[in-house]
Amino acid sequence: MKFGPMKPHRRQRLMVVGLIVLCSSAAVMLAMMALEENVNLFYSPNEIVKGEAPVDTMIRAGGMVLEGSVVRSETDLTVDFVIGDLVAAEVPVRYTGILPDLFREGQGVVARGRLTPEGVFVADEVLAKHDENYMPPEVADVIARAHENETPAGESGGQ
Amino acid sequence: MNARSLFVPLGIFLALVVTLAVGFRLDDPHKLPSELIDRPFPAFSLPSLADQAQTLTEASLTGEIALVNVWATWCAACVIEHPELMRIAREEGLPIYGINYNDDVDKARQWLVRYDNPYRTVIVDGEGRLAIDLGVYGAPETFVIDEKGVIQYRHVGVVSRDIFDTTLRPVIDVLRSRQAAIEPS
Amino acid sequence: MIPELGHFALILALCLSCCLAVLPMVGVQQQRASLMMLGGALSSGVFIFCALSYAALTWSFMVDDFSVSYVAANSNSALPAHFKFSAVWGAHEGSFLLWTLIMAGWTFAVACLSRSLTLVMRARVLAVMGFLTVGFLLFMLLTSNPFTRSLPVPPQEGADLNPLLQDVGLIVHPPMLYMGYVGLSVPFAFAIAALLGGRLDSAWARWSRPWTNAAWAFLTIGITLGSFWAYYELGWGGWWFWDAVENASFMPWLVATALIHSLAATEKRGVFKSWTVLLAIAAFSFSLLGAFLVRSGVLTSVHTFAVDPERGVFILGFMTLVVGGSLLLYALRAGRTHTVVAFDYLSRETLLLINNVLLVVATLAILLGTIYPLIYEALMGGAKLSVGPPYFNAVFVPLAMLLLVAMAISPGSQWRSGSVGRLLRRQWLYVPLSLVVSTAVLSGYETFSMGTAIALVLAVWVLFNLIEDLWRHIANKRDKLRAIFAQSPSWYGMWIAHLGIAVAVVGVAMTEAFSEERDVRMEAGDVVSVAGYDFRFDGVRLAEGPNYVADRGAVFVTRNGTPVVTMFPEKRRYLARGNVMTEAALHGSILRDLYVALGEPVGDSAWAVRVHVKPMVRWIWFGGLLITVGGLITLADRRYRHRLRREAVVGAELAT
Repeated sequence: MKFGPMKPHRRQRLMVVGLIVLCSSAAVMLAMMALEENVNLFYSPNEIVKGEAPVDTMIRAGGMVLEGSVVRSETDLTVDFVIGDLVAAEVPVRYTGILPDLFREGQGVVARGRLTPEGVFVADEVLAKHDENYMPPEVADVIARAHENETPAGESGGQ
Repeated sequence: MNARSLFVPLGIFLALVVTLAVGFRLDDPHKLPSELIDRPFPAFSLPSLADQAQTLTEASLTGEIALVNVWATWCAACVIEHPELMRIAREEGLPIYGINYNDDVDKARQWLVRYDNPYRTVIVDGEGRLAIDLGVYGAPETFVIDEKGVIQYRHVGVVSRDIFDTTLRPVIDVLRSRQAAIEPS
Repeated sequence: MIPELGHFALILALCLSCCLAVLPMVGVQQQRASLMMLGGALSSGVFIFCALSYAALTWSFMVDDFSVSYVAANSNSALPAHFKFSAVWGAHEGSFLLWTLIMAGWTFAVACLSRSLTLVMRARVLAVMGFLTVGFLLFMLLTSNPFTRSLPVPPQEGADLNPLLQDVGLIVHPPMLYMGYVGLSVPFAFAIAALLGGRLDSAWARWSRPWTNAAWAFLTIGITLGSFWAYYELGWGGWWFWDAVENASFMPWLVATALIHSLAATEKRGVFKSWTVLLAIAAFSFSLLGAFLVRSGVLTSVHTFAVDPERGVFILGFMTLVVGGSLLLYALRAGRTHTVVAFDYLSRETLLLINNVLLVVATLAILLGTIYPLIYEALMGGAKLSVGPPYFNAVFVPLAMLLLVAMAISPGSQWRSGSVGRLLRRQWLYVPLSLVVSTAVLSGYETFSMGTAIALVLAVWVLFNLIEDLWRHIANKRDKLRAIFAQSPSWYGMWIAHLGIAVAVVGVAMTEAFSEERDVRMEAGDVVSVAGYDFRFDGVRLAEGPNYVADRGAVFVTRNGTPVVTMFPEKRRYLARGNVMTEAALHGSILRDLYVALGEPVGDSAWAVRVHVKPMVRWIWFGGLLITVGGLITLADRRYRHRLRREAVVGAELAT
């Protein structure tokens, strides 16, 4: 098991390099696989309405919680509300659980969950940033893009 | 071979810096959406805070070079910029229109009584619809509009004395000289 | 007046730190001892003026000077005094002043405690730290001056401190974390000084070790407190979220952990020299990266400060200069210091190498996950995505388990040589024993998870080996009790820190597997049963705090009919900003935590209530505490000081 006296540093170096290469390539593979499974892409209400978002896949969706759209269940903690880009697209969201402190109507939110074939977004998690001065950047982006695409008359729905 | 491998960490780091720089530039929320500049103020029809029976429209903002300030009582930073707005209203001869964004009307009135009112009129944007048309990320934001109501500049964040002098005043001075050049003819 | 003095003190500190960055280096260049010696005096000057400036800001907070914009934005006359004190570091500007003060403090400490270094080494180290201080002070004066006034009409009242930060945990968490982050600049400065001098010897490693251990201990306690704070203050009952900012603190910790181990090998055996230098540079680089991620707003997170592009550009530029410069220096110089020391495949060196590779790979995997949204956005043009906690768990947990294996067999290893027999000599006993113990523990629960089982077995296995290690150290002593206390602090620190890791792993495994959580709608009188506890909701009453009003719920907890405790979760509304905060109620013990948080009112008298029972969750933070204690104990090792003296004499002779 002892190194020979001839070129111990060579073999040692080889061992070191081998170990690092082995370990990091295993880790890279592991990381890539994990990334593939656990990356949640963001979709705007417009993209969801147009059917661009995959059904029954973990995604994130964001928009403004529309005024007057929040409906609570009488019996459990299910909440239904609608998020939209305030131009055309609106997506119904269902969530069961406790909403974050900063959740309210007219506020931008980002939700993580799955889209059902019926077009309802079932959220596992609703995020509202802990700073109410600023909208989540994703939501700001959604609204900005919705407005860019708006037709001059501003009355046609659904693009 | 050994000597070259020592540069590997430097290479990785530089790649990281490039990524961060690109990501940083992409995410810069202060970047002004260019489509807003030189566009007329978006159309709206909203009540005034002082008298909710009175309806204000984009035409109410025309006639003078002015500032339009988006604020709310829930906005901590608005308290910070408030003294500077008071000073501008008092000393700069510049009307300031307020957009009360996503707020409670009673609270907004109390706020103006408590801190004093720098605004000529305040537009009540309860649903945040106008703010969204303006592409507002959050309060406070301040727009410079010319006498025709065309948006000339947008500032995101608190207006301090420093920011007024270095960024807003130059814009206003250009507008004023343009106005002066046009009017005699 | 006082804020202006504070501002002035900052400017003076900047002037002095410029001198500190330049003069000792010039002294080394021109071999003028008088210039080299200036380092000590200059660093105390910088420290004194930073401290004065910090005191001035604190004073402005204490007297409610709302003409200072930063005070107006983060304080309120109704804020309790201890929160006014901690509000100084409640937002970007002030927290960076604290950061800079701590930087000056570490520099001052190095100047005071390393008089025994060679003159040249000391001059270089202090100059490098001076250079870093210049960067921090410039950043503050140019982009984030906390003393800016809003004159002539100051606000009458302040906007109040963010309610999330109105918490005792927050008084201690950031200073500890900053002590850790900034403390890593000391081994960094030692590494740069050694590279400049072209002498990467074991003396350099010995000098770095106590400083690295100290910074690492502070970082550990900072992260532990942060995790505890998130647990009880964010109202979600989680203890780690793989949030960008948490990762920003965890990455330097992992690298610093690798550095500690690698420094041990470099000091004792003279191996891995250039690798150790690289780790020293990397550890501090990750601190700077953390600062960039938190303060530039490039990644969104609950912890990030308000966004300002100027700041991001400055930090990115400074980071590029410092890290890029040192890595370039490393690339040019580290090759020279190559030495050949042979060791066996099964020696302690190999185990430490495995430890290092695993830690670095884990760091890189976390880095990848943290900035992947940026990479993706840069390549895909605007598409947004997020990387969820499952990714981080998937990459980190297996690596952590391998680390535990290496840790378990490490006490049996020896420097230089080793054999399978020696390394595994008692493992035939300990492995089955750990299996038995873990099975016994797990049999009390109905559910089973493979990950938890493995983690538990590994932790118990580590424990057996630690006990054996202790026994080996005292076995041949006559007075065993006295022998326990007669071990060297370094060995003790190592032992306790490893114990802390095992304890934390047990906590993580048990909490993750057996926590029970229910979100329920409750009216007064409703009872919900979770993990054998009955929680009876007794309704909500109004309560008043100094700067908030609260709905205070009462939850009466019984177990098998015997009363356990009455808990009072709150939903607070802070008056100045009008924002709402969940204040969870906790009842903790060694074996389990009860956790109750109020959601929102649903219907007339009903509330959404979140109830958790989390077994052994406190072990996680207790483990963190043990690790910290371990790190601090090593500082007591007199070996460092004694050898330093001798080295210093030799060094001084060489220098002349």
